[in-house]
Amino acid sequence: MDWQFLAFSLVKIIAAFAVVMTMVAYSVLVERKVSAFIQDRLGPNRTQPFFAKYIPGLGPLLTRWGVFQPIADGLKAFLKEDFTPAHVRKVYFWLAPAIAMVPSLLTVAVIPFGSMMGAQKMVIADLDVGILYTFGIVSLGVYGIVLAGYAANSKYPFLGGIRSTAQMISYEISMGLSVIPIFLLVGSLNLGDVVQHQTGGWFAWHIFRQPLGFFIFLIAAFAETNRLPFDLPEADQELVGGYHTEYSSIKFALFFMAEYAAMIAVSGMMVTLFFGGWTLPFLGLDQPAATLGMGLLHILVFLGKVCCFLLLIIWVRWMLPRFRYDQLMDLGWRRFIPLALLNIVVTAGVLALLASK
Amino acid sequence: MIVERKPLNLAERFYLPALGNGFRVTWKHFRKTLFHGRTAADETSGGYYPEVPWKVEPGYRGAPYLVRDQSGDTKCVSCQLCEFVCPPKAIRITPPGPGGPPADRANAEKMPREFEINMLRCIFCGLCQEVCPEEAIFLQKDYSLTGLTREEMVYNKERLLALGGHHTGIQKWKQKADEARAQESFPVPG
Ligand code: SF4
Ligand code: SF4
Repeated sequence: MDWQFLAFSLVKIIAAFAVVMTMVAYSVLVERKVSAFIQDRLGPNRTQPFFAKYIPGLGPLLTRWGVFQPIADGLKAFLKEDFTPAHVRKVYFWLAPAIAMVPSLLTVAVIPFGSMMGAQKMVIADLDVGILYTFGIVSLGVYGIVLAGYAANSKYPFLGGIRSTAQMISYEISMGLSVIPIFLLVGSLNLGDVVQHQTGGWFAWHIFRQPLGFFIFLIAAFAETNRLPFDLPEADQELVGGYHTEYSSIKFALFFMAEYAAMIAVSGMMVTLFFGGWTLPFLGLDQPAATLGMGLLHILVFLGKVCCFLLLIIWVRWMLPRFRYDQLMDLGWRRFIPLALLNIVVTAGVLALLASK
Repeated sequence: MIVERKPLNLAERFYLPALGNGFRVTWKHFRKTLFHGRTAADETSGGYYPEVPWKVEPGYRGAPYLVRDQSGDTKCVSCQLCEFVCPPKAIRITPPGPGGPPADRANAEKMPREFEINMLRCIFCGLCQEVCPEEAIFLQKDYSLTGLTREEMVYNKERLLALGGHHTGIQKWKQKADEARAQESFPVPG
């Protein structure tokens, strides 16, 4: 392991972390704005630093679009009183927010967010078992929530924790099963190879070859990230926030950021697995970049696709009501798992037929 | 009433109408607000709060203040009923005690030496207004109470009276005084 590899990896980690955290902050803003517009409101439009009003034109415009709001929110989260209720189990109570946050960030490590910049591959860890790693890490995320529910030692968080165990474990199965056909097609678990396999025309994208797989993955992704219509572990109306009811200040903010980081990670996964990753099937954008400019363009293409998915996830939250718990379980176990299994068998059969010819 | 639950058809079982209608409704509102700048606040009250102050309708229960009577005297007689009834114990009254300062109104027995309402505790329930035998305390129209410290949010008698203004409803004590005066000059037969 030479120093060059270490240095470049470090730079990539820092850059990816910075981008992900910024996206977390601003997807919260987008969520607030979109929800406001859908509900006939304006959303955050007043927060401004003292100097903003001296910048003609731009300052008021940025203020109106709430661009400074995430900064104020972040500051507030740090400065608020960090209250630890007397009845909590302290160790787990402190551990849970970190455990919730870390897996979502770790998942980003294997997602190829660009092709090449110079001689560097634009992925932090080019693992050959990429997708296995992802599923391993994602299932850790549930521990954060379960621990939070257990540590809070009161009824609503506890119910939230229990719900999330059942929900996340059920949907992890359908999520895992839904991507197996992709790897049957690609013949490799490396996410870089998955992207390569989707080059050459629109219809090389796996969404067109595995629409059912994508559909199941999408729904499971909603469930895995605890977003409506599957936000039963949080369920503001019935569980007053669920597993993070007892949390305040930055600990709560960590759960909050973890949710959005998970959304970004899962959007990145969907883009990589089904929507051609950093490629676009025209202008030669589907070949690894030779120049720095192209490399940058690839990263922007990837981020653009991720943003589309984030917008979709955000919009759905204001569109659909929450599922009932039995409906959720029914959907997971009795619909998606058989469908995903069928999808695997059919894909394998077709591939075998094609190979035997 | 028995709600008939029709069996769902295939499209409904796949949640397709829910998706379609959900998107239609949300898009309609999103477009209206984003592109035409129309918000619910504009339509119902002409704008947002700090710029367009909220119009307080009669019957609103705002902050409770003490009132003065028609001749500018404190109406409260320090009976402490409101202090007793107040559910969150927001009111604290210091009665004058024996030999304390006399009431503003010559014929009233006493008035509070100090009368404090902690506006942070008050839940604006209106029980003090309801219980007061003298119509001396009223929930008025102030809804935006602010302060920089907790102490600042404890309103004392002076402040409550200044904010409360006059209320010339019942004039029980004036009538009593008039009656007493009439008694003085009552023609005694003899
Ligand atoms: S309104 Fe209710 S809470 Fe407030 S001072 Fe009167 S009795 Fe107390
Ligand atoms: S405000 Fe009314 S109820 Fe309260 S002490 Fe004064 S007279 Fe009695």
